[in-house]
Amino acid sequence: MDALDLARWQFGITTVYHFIFVPLTIGLAPLVAIMQTMWVRTGDERWLRLTKFFGKLLLINFAIGVATGIVQEFQFGMNWSEYSRFVGDVFGAPLAMEALAAFFVESTFLGLWIFGWDKLPKKIHLACIWAVAIATNLSAYFILAANSWMQHPVGTIFNLETGRAEMVDIGAVLTNNTLLAAFPHTITAAFLTAGTFVAGIAAWWMVRLVRQGRPEKARVYRSAVVLGMVTMLVSGVGIALSGDWQAKLMFDQQPMKMAAAEALCETEEGAAFSILTIGDLSNSCEGVTHVIELPGFTSFLATGDFSAEIKGVTELQAEYEQKFGFTDEAGNPISYQPNLAVTYWSFRLMIGLAAFSAALALAALWLTRKGRMTDNVWFSRLALVAIPMPFLASAFGWIFTEMGRQPWVVVPNPNPSGVDGVWLLTAQGVSEVVSPGHVIGSLVAFTALYGVLAVIWFRLMKRYVVEGVADVEHDPSPDNPDRDAAGPLSFAY
Amino acid sequence: MELTTVWFVLIAVLWTGYLVLEGFDFGVGMLLGIFGRRRKGVAVAGGKTVSDGGSLSDGEREKNRRVIINTIGPVWDGNEVWLLTAGGATFAAFPEWYATLFSGFYIPLLIILLALIVRVVAFEWRGKIDSEGWRAWADRAIVFGSWVPAVLWGVAFANLVQGVELDADHQFVGGFFSLLSPFTLLGGAVTTLLFLTHGAVFLALKSDGEIRERAGALAERLAPVTLVVASAWAVWAQLAFSVAWTWVAVVVAAAALGVVVLTTRARREGWAFVGTAVTIVAAVVLIFGSMYPDVMPALDPANSLTVTNAASTHYTLTIMTWVAAALTPLVLLYQGWTYWVFRKRISADQIPASIGLSLRTITENAWGGKAGGGASSDSAPANDAPADDAEPAPRA
Repeated sequence: MDALDLARWQFGITTVYHFIFVPLTIGLAPLVAIMQTMWVRTGDERWLRLTKFFGKLLLINFAIGVATGIVQEFQFGMNWSEYSRFVGDVFGAPLAMEALAAFFVESTFLGLWIFGWDKLPKKIHLACIWAVAIATNLSAYFILAANSWMQHPVGTIFNLETGRAEMVDIGAVLTNNTLLAAFPHTITAAFLTAGTFVAGIAAWWMVRLVRQGRPEKARVYRSAVVLGMVTMLVSGVGIALSGDWQAKLMFDQQPMKMAAAEALCETEEGAAFSILTIGDLSNSCEGVTHVIELPGFTSFLATGDFSAEIKGVTELQAEYEQKFGFTDEAGNPISYQPNLAVTYWSFRLMIGLAAFSAALALAALWLTRKGRMTDNVWFSRLALVAIPMPFLASAFGWIFTEMGRQPWVVVPNPNPSGVDGVWLLTAQGVSEVVSPGHVIGSLVAFTALYGVLAVIWFRLMKRYVVEGVADVEHDPSPDNPDRDAAGPLSFAY
Repeated sequence: MELTTVWFVLIAVLWTGYLVLEGFDFGVGMLLGIFGRRRKGVAVAGGKTVSDGGSLSDGEREKNRRVIINTIGPVWDGNEVWLLTAGGATFAAFPEWYATLFSGFYIPLLIILLALIVRVVAFEWRGKIDSEGWRAWADRAIVFGSWVPAVLWGVAFANLVQGVELDADHQFVGGFFSLLSPFTLLGGAVTTLLFLTHGAVFLALKSDGEIRERAGALAERLAPVTLVVASAWAVWAQLAFSVAWTWVAVVVAAAALGVVVLTTRARREGWAFVGTAVTIVAAVVLIFGSMYPDVMPALDPANSLTVTNAASTHYTLTIMTWVAAALTPLVLLYQGWTYWVFRKRISADQIPASIGLSLRTITENAWGGKAGGGASSDSAPANDAPADDAEPAPRA
């Protein structure tokens, strides 16, 4: 492997890893804020318990999200310095804005929230968690602005003299239609993740307590099941709608990714959507066989018309060769086709795994109808199994969108909008002065450290989940002066 | 002023924010290793008023450690964002600088990143489990994660002052060992000493009781050493690599450290903190002043990256100027408010019992199939400090 492959592996590993924790933080922070709001507004102790219970899980998760996020900002310069030189004028802006507008807010106000339980007035303290929640979502907006620009560069010209992309319209960058679709998709996916997390854990606890004959305490969790379930249902609809829009934009902006997602080799009218496809590992079109197909469905996803023509990989390859050249600087032929198997399967896994949450949501909807609780063991098993699914779906979603973008790091914008010439192959973006040895060293170091941290993170989360909310019996009365004792303590270092 | 110069100054301001604020975080983290040792009979601070700590029980030692960590508890995370903002601003305003610097200083940055990662999770996870072994690991991570950046940021900035090997394409071609010279290593010693002193002064300012005394005594002993070493480096930098006007920064830094020497002796903690903070500001002025108009001076001046050839377009700089002008005062405002909210000193008698859970292996069936299997965790669990029982448990 050369430095390019290693740098790509490193980016993939560190980014997918980072994005295990990010969606949970993005979704869970607002849910904890809602729980705390419910407590402040109603004075209902159950919501305080839930706030503290899920608040601790949020903190355990937040720490590792922050820690792995630092790497992300450094990595562009370390491994992808030629990319950074080419795009810095436009790509750096949203990153800097993110730090100034969002990251400062979330870090500062999280500190205030953790340590401010007994120091701030109730409502100000509540405002702190809302500040965190809003800032984490704003953070996502700026990061997605940067990413969407790579998928669909707008507001930019190529300057022949400086040899780089230069921003001419920040408004266009921040209102890129790719971004306007990706943001709700990512955010609703994060809410699905957090909703499943909250509902899954609470459902497991609820069943457990009902079976133990402790309905009073189980009722605390029922509130969380309902909150999580509603979050799942609403975000599920949002994911589908935004994903549909994304598919149509992708067809327009990155037809090769669309074709690869379907492993569609030859141009077709009324292209089918296949559920199962068998191919060999050579990444060539020859070995691809579609086994189970939904006729016309890919055409529908891409355009809304079941009989529309979808260009296949072979034809697109020829088009790209005409436009961007047959060979790279070293004279090697360029394949403009992403890895078919990875693109095809990650697309399906994203959809399929996310749909799993729907099963939990519907089961919860039925079993908790009209104030009911359940002792159904299968439901509690389903709840636990569902928890990791949206995490995996998010990971596959990113693997799809980034692997499907290859061999580009900045995809050429197909529409003649003054941004012609703004494109870069991934191979052109890698650092020139960084040796494979350096990248191997850092790859091994990050992977090993991340592996250890993942184990600790998981065990900590599990430990806190199994501990459950504070016992109702210990401080039943709202007038109990000690009732908040677990407050400041819960979050102190 | 040209926008490129404005941004050069702004990035210097962001680094100032980072080094002043995280400077004491690093110092406090390093001091956790010094004041928070687990062995008996440690007499690091020495001095007349300070006990050697040997008579403390393990429980008292742990409380002291938590006093140390909690002085920066609510603020370290916000402080660290200054680094990310400096990085992001460099990327946006001077992409060539960002690209050359980050790919060139690969190994030191990698080590800094690893250190920062373990430090972050250790801060947040330390109190989550009530186990001495768990906390010992967290403390090691905090101490490591504080020493490493404290040393390496100094080495890195000294390299920027000294100049590095860049080729005609502005690529760093020096290799790792070219970054290590007597001058740059001394730079590492300066930041380490400076942050240690800064951290000790901060700790004395923010704590009460035994830790305050020990931190004050250590600051008093460190201040003259820091004065000598930092002045030596600054004069070296000034004579070898800088321009005339930065003598002002050298003199201010030395004077401020002189004030630190005097005020730590008199235990005027507030003024001593002003002194160390001013020293760091002056150091950044010296470093950035010596570079200007380069952002990354090359050994062959023809290859240097300058504020002009490394910069983004005028358009991007204009946009970013508006963004920074609107948001930076806001950041200062709410971060300042945070320090106001948490202005009180912390002492060991305010430290509550650990609310961490026991490090119990979870043997019960987490899949919930057998409902009875989980009963143990609900009815008065057998761990030594359940979360919902806030009574301080006596600790051996």
